[in-house]
Amino acid sequence: MGTQMTNRTGANAPAPAIVRLDGAGKAFGPVKALDHVDLLISPGECLGLVGHNGAGKSTLVNLITGLFAPSQGRVDYPGAEGPLAAGIRAISQEGTLCPNLTVLENLSVVQRDLTGPGWRARAAGRIGRALDAVFPGHRIRPEALVHDMTLAEQQMVEIAIGFSEGATPARLVVLDEPTSSLDASIAAQLLAHVRRFCAEGGAVVFISHMMGEIFDVATRIVVMRDGRNIADRPADAFTRQSLVDAMGHVAADDHSDSSAATAPRNLGDRAKAILRTPEGIEARKGEIVGLAGLAGHGQAEALARFYLSQSSDWRGAADPRAAFVAGDRRRDGVMPVWSIRRNLSLAMLDRLTRSGLIDQHRETEIGESWRKRIGIRTPDMGNPILSLSGGNQQKALFARALATTAPVIVMDDPMRGVDIGTKTEVYEMIRQEAAQGRTFLWYSTEMDEIRNCDRVFVFRDGAISAELEGDQITEENVLAASFEFGETAA
Amino acid sequence: MTRLINPRLALPVLSLVVLIVAVFWLQPRAMSYVGINLLFNLAVPIALATIAQMIIIMVNDIDLSMGAFVSLAACITAAILPVNPALGVLLLAGCVLAYAALGALIEIRQLPAIVVTLGMSFVWGGAAVLILPSPGGTAPGWLVWLMKSKPPLFPMAIVASVLIATVAHLLIMRSSFGVRLRALGGNARAVSRSGRSTVALRASAYGLAGIFAVLSGMALVGLTTSGDANIALRYTLLSIAGVILGGGEFTGGRISPVGAVIGALTLTLAGSFLSFLRLSPDWQIGAQGAILILVLAARLLVRQAEKRA
Repeated sequence: MGTQMTNRTGANAPAPAIVRLDGAGKAFGPVKALDHVDLLISPGECLGLVGHNGAGKSTLVNLITGLFAPSQGRVDYPGAEGPLAAGIRAISQEGTLCPNLTVLENLSVVQRDLTGPGWRARAAGRIGRALDAVFPGHRIRPEALVHDMTLAEQQMVEIAIGFSEGATPARLVVLDEPTSSLDASIAAQLLAHVRRFCAEGGAVVFISHMMGEIFDVATRIVVMRDGRNIADRPADAFTRQSLVDAMGHVAADDHSDSSAATAPRNLGDRAKAILRTPEGIEARKGEIVGLAGLAGHGQAEALARFYLSQSSDWRGAADPRAAFVAGDRRRDGVMPVWSIRRNLSLAMLDRLTRSGLIDQHRETEIGESWRKRIGIRTPDMGNPILSLSGGNQQKALFARALATTAPVIVMDDPMRGVDIGTKTEVYEMIRQEAAQGRTFLWYSTEMDEIRNCDRVFVFRDGAISAELEGDQITEENVLAASFEFGETAA
Repeated sequence: MTRLINPRLALPVLSLVVLIVAVFWLQPRAMSYVGINLLFNLAVPIALATIAQMIIIMVNDIDLSMGAFVSLAACITAAILPVNPALGVLLLAGCVLAYAALGALIEIRQLPAIVVTLGMSFVWGGAAVLILPSPGGTAPGWLVWLMKSKPPLFPMAIVASVLIATVAHLLIMRSSFGVRLRALGGNARAVSRSGRSTVALRASAYGLAGIFAVLSGMALVGLTTSGDANIALRYTLLSIAGVILGGGEFTGGRISPVGAVIGALTLTLAGSFLSFLRLSPDWQIGAQGAILILVLAARLLVRQAEKRA
């Protein structure tokens, strides 16, 4: 008992930090993902990290775990050579398990000392004890194949690997949305363990869209916005309201922007919806419907399901019922070796075809007219699409969808990585097309774009958590619906 | 212990048993020490090549040069090893190192393995012709003795197959080295995030595959007692078919060494089965393909039933 006391006071006095960021920043090309962040994480702390999409949370985590080197400033691990030696472990959202391995084999991938005779027994012991400590009453065998386990069990294993004993003990564990597939009772076990771990001198960085959990475990909350550390205070200095305010931009420009973007339009009775999806998305003719919320909460899946239900797997159609604008250009959008013109005419080939052959004269005409209408900056539409800048490639993809006769245009966060000038031009185009009676389903992670919508559905955990219309479309309302607030926050 | 009754192995074992029963029914005289040895003799080099291919598939690649490489190893074994053992061993070791270097190259430059190995297949083929311009050469005496020895109780072909399956299982499924290699196929990002070199791992996987492929070429020469630059060209597709037949998958590092050996045995037996049916050799390749499609279709149905359950 006595030694424990001295340990305590010894650690309390000048507590050496586990990680120290000194004006750290990270740029990807011209995009500044993280800008001059100072941060100190000491033993015993549980840091809640909150912020909207693109606020820089994951970049910050990647700097802490050493995955990225900072492009400005410094990241130090006092008393250790690197993040691994400093005992920094991370559980990321993307999943770091190998599904073809068993639970104990997955531990040996991360812990390098698990080799030589008897490594299986040692690994089974470590992971078993970690699972027992974090999730008492779990029913996961160390010999089970990860592929055969449920999503929740996989997440539990990942967390247990983060907390398990090893050659270098865990000192700082980063948990990025750790409860996304856990049910409430299992999540409560995790939160209890986080508190226990921190009380014993460990540190945790906790990222969650469930504000209740953040208030439950965090001793300190850091709010990120636009790559900056906006607020860094003890958890009890925040209320639900002050957190939302800190995450959003200043409320005043919020309002002026929204009235400038879209004056309420007369779209007729809400019962006259021309489309309804199983998730509950509705749209009227000529309406711009936004899908908002944190990235990865089911918006893209809802759009893809709707679009695929409107198109046939077997044949193209001269008059498609919906057209798709991809956000991930390289994966879903451009045909990289084709010309701009070919890329543009792809969705309307069935209209350009005459007795089985493409009418090249008309194709050229259409290409030329869209080049002027949407302003694709190229001397010749016959140039390869990759000769264009990202923004102009995206314009060509917009033109591909708009050139069809489809009454509904589905857009999967199409403005990712597009410059502001192009954005403004495309917003204008969308408004014009909507005025002529086209309907837009628009998933966007950016608030500026959501303000262009007539109606917004906010997604959380794969379901719609709020439906906003007209004046209700404010950053505050979208934020409030994107994050889940527990009782403790209110 | 659950590993021993792996459900993924059920189908490969079942197909092999069905074929064995069919062969014995058609030709009861095959049910003897000599008969079984004759049936499975040629399966030994195929099993080794299948294990080599399995290791490549395990790291999410595919090797289209397997046949040419095994032929090259066979040519070195037949033409150089008996005359100049030191040079022969050196060349074979060089082949393995070249394979490891290919793995490193594929990882460093992020090249598609299918292209690299297809290109290399012409290099291996050319080297084999240079070493042995016309079929010939002799097998080293010790190799012939080994391949044609008659252990008590079980014929050599069976003993060798069990040995290959056991060694590969211990190496790939049980050792921590094998786990790291399989992790590369399962989630390469997880491996690199844990601070391990994916280049070293892919190079070791290719090097290990090279060792099994060289052993395959040597075993083949031990059986045929002479070499030929085209001796094993069929092995490329046979080895891929063997891996898949044995319950392996093309992506995700999900493979089974025991299944791969069983797959190789099944493929060899399918050839004999068709001969016993007195099927014209013109039709045999097609019929072999039909057997393959049958087994894979059965696997698909089992998977779907599992998913629904």
